Amino acid sequence: MYSDGYEDLGTPPGESAKTVTLEIDGKQVTVPEGTSIMRAAALVNRSIPKLCATDTLKAFGSCRLCLVEIEGRRGYPASCTTLVADGLKVSTETPKLQQLRRGVMELYLSDHPLDCVSCPANGHCELQDMAEVLDITDTRYGLGEVNHQHVPKDASNPYFTFDPTQCIVCSRCVRACDEIQGTFALTIQGRGFESKVAASQDESFLASECVSCGACVESCPTAALTEKSVIALGRPDRVETTTCGYCGVGCSFNAEVREDEVIRMVPNRDGHANHGHACVKGRFAFGYATHPDRITTPMIRKSIDDPWQQVSWDEAIDYTAREFKRIQEQYGRDAIGAITSSRCTNEETFLVQKLVRATFGNNNVDTCARVCHSPTGYGLKNTIGESAGTQAFDSVMKADAIIVVGANPTDGHPVFASQLKRRLRQGAKLIVADPRAIGLVRSPHIEAEYHLPVRPGANVALFNAMAHVIVTEGLTKEDYIAERCEPEAYQKWKAFVAEERNSPEAMAAATGVEPDLVRNAARLYATAGNGAIYYGLGVTEHSQGSTMVMAIANLAMATGNLGREGVGVNPLRGQNNVQGSCDMGSFPHEFSAYRHVSDPVVRGEFEAAWGRPLLDEPGLRIPNMFEAALDGSFKGLYVQGEDIAQSDPNTQHVTAAIAAMECVVVQDLFLNETAKYAHVFLPGSSFLEKDGTFINAERRCSRVRKIVEPRAGFQDWEVTMLLSNAMGYPMRYRHPSEIMDEIARLTPTFAGISYEKLDRLGSIQWPCNDLAPEGTPTMHVGEFVRGKGKFLLTEYVPTTERATRRYPLLLTTGRKLSQYNVGAQTRRTPNVTWASADVLEIHPDDAEMRGIKDGDMVGVTSRAGEIVLPARLSTLVRPGVVYTTFHFPESGANVVTTENSDWATNCPEYKVTAVEIVKVNQPSAWQKRFHEFTEHQLELLKGRETTHA
Amino acid sequence: MANDIGAFFDAEPDKAEAVKGIANHLRRYWDPRMRREMLAHYRKGGAGLNPLVRSAVALLKDPPARR
Repeated sequence: MYSDGYEDLGTPPGESAKTVTLEIDGKQVTVPEGTSIMRAAALVNRSIPKLCATDTLKAFGSCRLCLVEIEGRRGYPASCTTLVADGLKVSTETPKLQQLRRGVMELYLSDHPLDCVSCPANGHCELQDMAEVLDITDTRYGLGEVNHQHVPKDASNPYFTFDPTQCIVCSRCVRACDEIQGTFALTIQGRGFESKVAASQDESFLASECVSCGACVESCPTAALTEKSVIALGRPDRVETTTCGYCGVGCSFNAEVREDEVIRMVPNRDGHANHGHACVKGRFAFGYATHPDRITTPMIRKSIDDPWQQVSWDEAIDYTAREFKRIQEQYGRDAIGAITSSRCTNEETFLVQKLVRATFGNNNVDTCARVCHSPTGYGLKNTIGESAGTQAFDSVMKADAIIVVGANPTDGHPVFASQLKRRLRQGAKLIVADPRAIGLVRSPHIEAEYHLPVRPGANVALFNAMAHVIVTEGLTKEDYIAERCEPEAYQKWKAFVAEERNSPEAMAAATGVEPDLVRNAARLYATAGNGAIYYGLGVTEHSQGSTMVMAIANLAMATGNLGREGVGVNPLRGQNNVQGSCDMGSFPHEFSAYRHVSDPVVRGEFEAAWGRPLLDEPGLRIPNMFEAALDGSFKGLYVQGEDIAQSDPNTQHVTAAIAAMECVVVQDLFLNETAKYAHVFLPGSSFLEKDGTFINAERRCSRVRKIVEPRAGFQDWEVTMLLSNAMGYPMRYRHPSEIMDEIARLTPTFAGISYEKLDRLGSIQWPCNDLAPEGTPTMHVGEFVRGKGKFLLTEYVPTTERATRRYPLLLTTGRKLSQYNVGAQTRRTPNVTWASADVLEIHPDDAEMRGIKDGDMVGVTSRAGEIVLPARLSTLVRPGVVYTTFHFPESGANVVTTENSDWATNCPEYKVTAVEIVKVNQPSAWQKRFHEFTEHQLELLKGRETTHA
Repeated sequence: MANDIGAFFDAEPDKAEAVKGIANHLRRYWDPRMRREMLAHYRKGGAGLNPLVRSAVALLKDPPARR
């Protein structure tokens, strides 16, 4: 059922700019052409009874409750399927309509339990509402001999129950799975009285193709599909709107709360990024916030071999401040630094970088974007002038040809993927460039026009080849380029890609893609009309990550695909606030809005605001922090909401570096892998426990609202303030809105953003300033941010990480739908039902050569290390390529990834690691050591309540 | 790593521009400690540096010392 308090208007809005005026029950109403009579009536408070209609789904016309009378027309048409027309005179309430509706309702109620008091939907059930509206308390028909009142429930899904006895076969769930989610897992099986909702081939929900997005539950008008939490806990006493803390789609949710307990998260139908849809993570997997593993009291210890001691906040902060000051006095001002969180709010991230710059007095601040989208910042800044995607998500609905390269949105950005699939079902064409046959290549009602199975490490070769086709076949948009791009740079680039060595034929050995496929894909993108490119970490996490982002921008400029809706360069940012943390100046070389620290004007503004001289030289990136720790010059680190010991490459190198430091401070919800090497643990607050803002992949700034009190007593921004004050630099914010006001004063692209405006508008896409007071959905309209776009030369330089005789396979990595990044949150929820371990996907040919069967334990060895994983034979990967995920720390996927990184940003080359796979019968040496170390650290944690400082 | 930077800028046919591009990148993105180490390596002969990178490092000034 949709969110408590939502006013359902029955059918989706009409899209036309043309309007129509009609009369409903004597009232004039003007609405866009294409609006249903039902919706028009609702807009003038004439709600027409309904059961099968809801405003996120196309009209269906099956329940026959919403009948109306139209002057001059015969019969009693359904108002949901009847569109408005000029001059219509509609009556929604007449004695005949009342008689017809009551007859329909009596039939519904004749095969439905009537014990509303014990029903979990009591008070929030549309069937109950309609009975009340039609004044029906009983039915003439009674329960017949044949009925559906003994059909067993399906409680297989960990989050919701399907109770067929409550089902009225309105088909809303089936239509939601089709139209909104695009999985097509549900159907109505049988005819007439035998009709029933069935999952896949009449299987349980868990065994079916259902991806547990909850769209069916949200659309169900009765208790047939209900969240288990609602059944257990009942109805809420308040509802607050907030933003999801998982991926970069940034779905808006209504958190329904009873006292201090979140009952359910319902996607907000007015959400600008998600329009009422969600995925299994945001919708259901919020239980980690109250998991027993949560640590809610600060802890300190002198050495990582000592037991933890629980202390007060004052003691923990004082200890940290003293240690950081001592380290700076002993080793120099540059001996400490911080890592900001891509899961914390903009306000929190801004304070951490301010702590480093103003309090620590250096620029040693970095963010996890280092290891994911830092090449996006570099590449797009240098070509088109802004380190962010160019479009809103809704722009995809106007795209004609869509390239998805190095991304798997079905798993990584599921709600956006659903929207993309809606556009594909409307007829847009899809090109997928990925070593794996990801779900988008072929799934219900979706098939990529071209799948380019590019070899890992050869993205730039592929896109240079596509550019070659576009240039040599005269498919460039010369007028657009002449008007909007630097001419000299364009001519250089044009001559470069036109060289025969960049042709699809010449590049085929590198890319592994048939030249004809490349030619056809390039032609399609260039000539389809609106061409849009969406990309992810399969682009950036390479030694040529930045070069590839430039190649993408080059292609978009060359074909005129920037500066309007339906086109664009769209980086799919992974985390809920990784875009925001970059925007806030989390990089060692940039203030907020990507302005270099050496710029005296910008630096002067910050110095004036903060009352401190600021350093004009770049500080240490995360990999540099590790190097400096190992050479003894970097000794203290404040890590807020990140787990570098699990997420960063070459785990053994990372843990050696952390272990070499003298004061590692981790602020997090749980004792994560990094915290096992820490000296101070500051308990963090989840997204449910704080006020602030997140910025998603479309530059959309949305409110995060405190739903419950922080379990540890402070929101994360308050902890950073405490630390800064203890170190002698005062911070005195009373509320995160004051931090946002400071951000707005100091950051031109945020100048117009305030909490008042966010509350009024719902969300704002930056830039938001005098030129764009309500924000900017589409960037680079008219001209690029840097003025003229700049084509850059993208020579293909093969990675040094290549298949060899010793390591003949290439390992690439990715994510699963049900787990999120390092899994710290999702592993602590029932999402483990779908994925309880990382596995190694290997092509059957490669497996057979090695005597490996499905399910065998296999050693995965690279020049960096060795791990053991269960094997899964799969034709999703091509021969020569293997694939795994990194959601479970005991898998150690990053033990085998190497120090190779992007030349410009040090973004690690996670996507290309040369490995060999052999069948084994025991864990790797690293895994044995990991288990021993983990057991030891958990023992040291156990005694914390009784050990005193 | 410096050679990887050089490999990107090597595509630029105007080699003087390429050298300036590398030097600019090192100034803007490498912290002073890394630039100091690079200059020290260059002054000891710069073994292993490709010619473009070598020319770019020659344009760098010593970063100011900090305590």
